[in-house]
Amino acid sequence: MAERTIAWPKFGQAQILGKDTPRVYDGAKKALGLAKYAADMNTPGTLFARLLTSPHAHAIIKSLNVEPAKQVPGVKAVHVFRGVDTEVRWEGELIVAVAAERPEQAEDGLRAIAIEYEVLPHWVDDFDLAGAEAAKITDKGEPLKLTKSQGNQKKGDVEAALQEAKYVHKGTYGSAVITHMCLEPHGSHCEWKGDQLISHLSTQNVSGTAGQFAGPLGIEEAAVSINCEFIGGGFGSKFAADEWGIACAQMAKETGRPVRLMLDRGTELKVAGNRPSSLAEVTVACDADGKITAWDSNHWGTNGTGGGTVSLTVTPYVYDPPNRRRTATGIVTHTGPQRAWRAPNHPQACAYTQTAIDDLAAVAGIDSLSFVRKNLDITGRPAVYAAQLDIAAKLMDWQAKWHPRGKGQNGSVKTGLGLALHTWGGAAHAATCLVKVHPDGTVETFLGSQDIGTGIRTSIGVVAAETFGIPMTSVRVHIGSNKYPKAGPSGGSTTIGGVSGPVRRASQEALWQVLDKVAAKHSVDFATLAVKDSKVWSGDKEVCTWKQACSLLGPMGIEVRGEGPKDDGLTSAQVGGVQMAEVEVDTETGIVRMKKMVAIQDIGLVVNRLTAKSQVLGSLIMGIAYALSEERIMDPKTGRFINADLENYKLPRIGDVGELVVEFYEPESEYSRGVIGIGEPPVISPGAAISNAVANAIGVRVPILPLTPKRVLDAMKGA
Amino acid sequence: MSQDPNARSGPGFNRRDFIKGSGAAIAATAAVTAAQEAIAQDAPAKISTAGPHKVTLQVNGKTHELMLEPRVVLLDALRNDLNLTSCKEVCDRSACGACTVLIDGKPIYACTRLAIECQGQKIETTESLANGDGVDVVIDKFVEHDGMQCGFCTPGFAMAVRGFCNMHPKASKEDCRKGLGGNICRCGTYDGVLNAAYEAAQKGGA
Ligand code: FES
Ligand code: FES
Repeated sequence: MAERTIAWPKFGQAQILGKDTPRVYDGAKKALGLAKYAADMNTPGTLFARLLTSPHAHAIIKSLNVEPAKQVPGVKAVHVFRGVDTEVRWEGELIVAVAAERPEQAEDGLRAIAIEYEVLPHWVDDFDLAGAEAAKITDKGEPLKLTKSQGNQKKGDVEAALQEAKYVHKGTYGSAVITHMCLEPHGSHCEWKGDQLISHLSTQNVSGTAGQFAGPLGIEEAAVSINCEFIGGGFGSKFAADEWGIACAQMAKETGRPVRLMLDRGTELKVAGNRPSSLAEVTVACDADGKITAWDSNHWGTNGTGGGTVSLTVTPYVYDPPNRRRTATGIVTHTGPQRAWRAPNHPQACAYTQTAIDDLAAVAGIDSLSFVRKNLDITGRPAVYAAQLDIAAKLMDWQAKWHPRGKGQNGSVKTGLGLALHTWGGAAHAATCLVKVHPDGTVETFLGSQDIGTGIRTSIGVVAAETFGIPMTSVRVHIGSNKYPKAGPSGGSTTIGGVSGPVRRASQEALWQVLDKVAAKHSVDFATLAVKDSKVWSGDKEVCTWKQACSLLGPMGIEVRGEGPKDDGLTSAQVGGVQMAEVEVDTETGIVRMKKMVAIQDIGLVVNRLTAKSQVLGSLIMGIAYALSEERIMDPKTGRFINADLENYKLPRIGDVGELVVEFYEPESEYSRGVIGIGEPPVISPGAAISNAVANAIGVRVPILPLTPKRVLDAMKGA
Repeated sequence: MSQDPNARSGPGFNRRDFIKGSGAAIAATAAVTAAQEAIAQDAPAKISTAGPHKVTLQVNGKTHELMLEPRVVLLDALRNDLNLTSCKEVCDRSACGACTVLIDGKPIYACTRLAIECQGQKIETTESLANGDGVDVVIDKFVEHDGMQCGFCTPGFAMAVRGFCNMHPKASKEDCRKGLGGNICRCGTYDGVLNAAYEAAQKGGA
């Protein structure tokens, strides 16, 4: 029944919302390779750019001659990012871009460039705090302090609590720097039409990047068109135009030709973002019942030259004991700068918190699951976690599989169980949606948003189709252009709430306008009207078809705007999740094999079950990657990122992830909370859950993620 | 390679440099095998570049004549000259499978095949899985099981699955896990891909 209230359909009454909806608009297009990414743009005359980057972690450019490059056949433009006397601060920093008729000619151009460096001392070790304090490094000739305090906070009386505690455990835990490894590297295709710049940019920020081009190019923001129908991964690293984007536009301007500049794989990994590392010395204590009473930690790590590390505010993670002290120090390293990485700070903090707590449980002789249950009252969502733990334990068959730490099988292959908890916000970002209803009943939605792989294009269609009671195929979803109404960047799991709210609001208002016409024309009470199956109903009587209803709108149809976020209950925030891992460790080789992971995720109202589930599955796999294999390896001697390629930067493959079980926690109370983003939270727990499972299997803690065979064997030797 | 690899970073020292360096040798033999590559790698550093040649490629049932230097890899010829961008450049070194095409029915990484070597062979890119109004069952299954997120690895993965199903009709899930290890997905779509591959395999080869 039509009520003039903005709301979601009542629980259990939705037609499409919350069901499994495949990517009807773009699924086949993507799978067939017909979807065009920035990296695929090939307008006639396109020039291809390649980059000369610094091979040194720290150096001054002493001489640079790009003239020979300009003579190379096919070379059309040479752009200098950093000239003579510039100091480069990490390997991979961009020096020169060359654009040519063909990529191989651009590479010829790079080879023709003459460059000399004065190599300066560097520091790339992110875990050697004492070494960083003692190192003698200069920056622009001035002594450079490599360590920076990132805060020191205290609550309660930690010393007294440690004195009184029944069990006290001390340990060291951490995680290495990892990269985003977007399969489509950062970059763009830029082309000018008169004074208009048309940029196809691989971006998570369609509505927010025009100004970043306009400023440096000295043109009006209105003259910049940003286009991103598809993006090959971002994970938090693609919010900016970046200096290479500006250079691409400049070379296009200079040559009067379109230019495509995508980072090569090595450069992508060195300069386009990474997730900061952290190593924590933790002391954690509990009473005789296993209630955590005190936490004391000091952690350090790097985020590049900024001298930051994992934020203090999420330490300890999820649990908030009455007495805690937390200290952090960032180490300046000559490495590429960090960028937001899916759920910034949380995975690392989870990895050093919930491992330490699991070790405390082992010291206290309490099984991991009971220990967590005993301490839920010091978390933000005790009831939700408690319910989720029950579901997860059942799906994992925890009770039957559990054995005390290191007390499993006798053979060389040992299995173990571990678990972890996480939390996240996921509130809606700001956005406006324009909905057009045409006289023939078709509907169009316009939002300057982007589908970073989450299936947001499909979800927008779901909300509109649900609201108008029409099939997905009657809705045309337009995103990926900054010429549409503005929508926030896709970061922080804000997009699903950010777009579904405005789409629903605009669609409901448009629907009411249509139904007003129907009520007048057919002399029925507006309040009795509803739409379903492409028809308008009054109670259970069919009034007219949707198409007939829309024909009443006149030749222009209607346009309605919806905004967000609003306080009308369509969206909210704050979720909790529980994950359990089961692993098998070969104690002779140190290889950890995933057997099973169970993820229970608090989600609010589900828009599209299929793609929401894909977000959790993808998070688990990304989590398995940083838990077991992926890390940036810096060579201390040369200061180079020595595994900056997909061969030596190890990611799991299809046979490496084991069985993955995903379930949403969604009692009716969850549905009524409205839409909440969950793209990030499920990537938080895998590190700790898997590390705990390995400790449970082999009886000792492998302190640092990823748990490579070497680290596993080293830990066992130390035991 | 005539230059000190320590002198540069970025694309200065990669597989394509090697291919470029050995271009003359390749132009002469028109084909290079892994074993020959290994020999060529030890060859003297001073090698000149060969110019553009007429290269005839048979792609998705059509014949194309291109002017390409011998060092041009199949991936670039498909993407930049023929605009067949299902073939993605991701790792550029036979590690990820994003550039998978079928050559004479077998899945091959196009990033490490020279275009000139592929003359006379039947090349199929993922675009060929659209036939008339319909699509290959592999594509349907990828969509049905949501075997994609950002979609950048997806065409390569779909082509690997097509090739795998042709060679292993009725494969079990375990077979799929073992046989599809040549492709990397960063978004983590392996669960959907596995279900898609398994169901497509039950329908046999194409
Ligand atoms: S791009 Fe060819 S295998 Fe990765
Ligand atoms: S879907 Fe994004 S890399 Fe596979």
